[in-house]
Amino acid sequence: MINWKVILSISKTHLLSRMKQTAIAALGVTFGIGTFIILVSFMTGLNGLLDGLILNRTPHVHIYNEIEPSKTQPIDRYGILKDGFKVIRSIKPKFVQTKIHNALPLLSNLNKNPEVKGAIPQLRAQIFYISGSIELGGNLIGLEVLEEVRLFNFGEYIVKGSSEALDQTENGILLGAGVAEKMSLNVGNTVQISTVGGEFFPLKIVGIYQSGLADIDNIQSFASLKTVQRILGQPKNYVTDINVKLYDIDQAVPMARQIERQFQLTAVDIKTANAQFETGTAIRNLITYAVSITLLVVAGFGIYNILNMLIYEKMNDIAILKATGFSGKDVQYIFISQAVLIGLVGGILGLLIGFGLSVVIDHLPFETDALPTIKTYPVNFNPWYYVIGISFAMVSTFLAGYLPARKARKIDPVEIIRGQ
Amino acid sequence: MGNDTILEAQHINKYFREPVLFHVLKDIHFKINNGEFVSVMGKSGCGKSTLLYILSTMDTDYEGNLFFMGKKITGKPHEELARIRNQHIGFVFQFHYLLSEFTVLENVMLPAKKLGMKSLDEIKHDAIEKLRLLHIEDQAHKLASQISGGQKQRVAIARALINDPAIIMGDEPTGNLDSHNSDNVLRIFRDLVLEKKLSLLVVTHDHDFADQTDRIIEMGDGRILKD
Repeated sequence: MINWKVILSISKTHLLSRMKQTAIAALGVTFGIGTFIILVSFMTGLNGLLDGLILNRTPHVHIYNEIEPSKTQPIDRYGILKDGFKVIRSIKPKFVQTKIHNALPLLSNLNKNPEVKGAIPQLRAQIFYISGSIELGGNLIGLEVLEEVRLFNFGEYIVKGSSEALDQTENGILLGAGVAEKMSLNVGNTVQISTVGGEFFPLKIVGIYQSGLADIDNIQSFASLKTVQRILGQPKNYVTDINVKLYDIDQAVPMARQIERQFQLTAVDIKTANAQFETGTAIRNLITYAVSITLLVVAGFGIYNILNMLIYEKMNDIAILKATGFSGKDVQYIFISQAVLIGLVGGILGLLIGFGLSVVIDHLPFETDALPTIKTYPVNFNPWYYVIGISFAMVSTFLAGYLPARKARKIDPVEIIRGQ
Repeated sequence: MGNDTILEAQHINKYFREPVLFHVLKDIHFKINNGEFVSVMGKSGCGKSTLLYILSTMDTDYEGNLFFMGKKITGKPHEELARIRNQHIGFVFQFHYLLSEFTVLENVMLPAKKLGMKSLDEIKHDAIEKLRLLHIEDQAHKLASQISGGQKQRVAIARALINDPAIIMGDEPTGNLDSHNSDNVLRIFRDLVLEKKLSLLVVTHDHDFADQTDRIIEMGDGRILKD
């Protein structure tokens, strides 16, 4: 019943015969959508980068032995004082071994679990870097480097040398960038370290590690698990930490609780460890959407205004259309279709401009010591944002056009024709 | 009601409610036959234009019954009334009421496009035909805002004819035309009545114009004084 061809040809003529106003209305939408695309792409790109920085190298579940005082002190077991008021001074932590008991069976058990992508051992040792008479305090972590690369993107932080070199070299060390700078060392040099027990070992530098966090780079170095076990004089089953990566990050919390119960170990899940981080991401997203929606609402008001004025100007046309047999609905569709056309053209233009500027931002150099592997600004080209952008343009322009168009539908042609 | 009746008004009453209640049309009762050229005359404010808008189906706020082509149209929904206007009623107003951003040809074609019963080529052919009938086919591709008043009035008549309506209604169609153009319009109307058996209902002030129609309905104070 509704003849869209006629309606669209009328709205096209209306739009083209007032090019300036149409262009201004469409540019409002273009600006809003373009800004939305740029903002959301850049913001989520940045979020992704920061997520990657922290979340990718954080184990989903970290298992170790915590040093802490016993929760049940001997006096609590003494029945006579059960209901009494007890004061204990100077509680000492309970002695526990830092090594994880039965680490190797535990590892193979975890690796058999279908939810686990990988569980790998680490051995943390306190050491000193020796340079002449100067001793620098530090950490040496023994790890299975190829597994670390597979599960925790460890390779991204090796700025010189390679992970394979560490795996293949006996007595090799991956030196923290801060340490290397302080001691003027480079790949191929040898560094002397001493254990807390006072034994000296020369290690060959096979690579430089830079995490981007200066506190870590100034003290931390890595060697293969076997090397660190030998330095400490410990057997092959001596492991202080187990890092677990899961297929589904949401399983981290129940998995950690289960491990704590089953093996009497401390297990920290990623959500507890990085709670503040998720909050930051959520707030950044919120700001992005709030700013974009504000821009689009402003553009919507612009369209509303222009269509309203257009309808006052077109009173005579509306009356004559109705007199010659166009129904109120036809007239309403004529004006709504104008709004939606403005939204479509402005929106598509906005997507193109947003995409163009995103590409430009993606190629802008962004180099910082904190992020050694990043060379340009991060931008997220998720096609969903483009779908959201154009949908929002259509919906907001439809709403902006709806009210004026409804007014046009209700205009009584007799009143207009009499009024002349 | 015979087959030769095109339009019949039965006891039409109409009130204006603003600013005060005012009884505009009082018990209007008459019919128009096929092929009749009728003019309605009366002083300003006697309600003749108001009557025309009711007869044209645009104004639905009245009491009484209206029959068009043998069917009662009082109380029909707006959509259907719009369709009846589109297909069977042609309008010519005192002010030309063309869509100024469209060309003359597009203005004439628009009601036929809305009706959607013919292909675009046929509509275009018909529109040129109607313009030729009124001797303005040479203006077809000009914008409606670029032609003279007399030409606009003829374009409006061509537009009223495009769907081959059963009746043409005019509200002072010669109201602001000089005598030459006015005679021209009158001659066109006469030819249409003779050649196409159209009915014509014209509201006018112009005695010379009215004298040349088949039938004069004189109105005063909301009533038909003389038929």
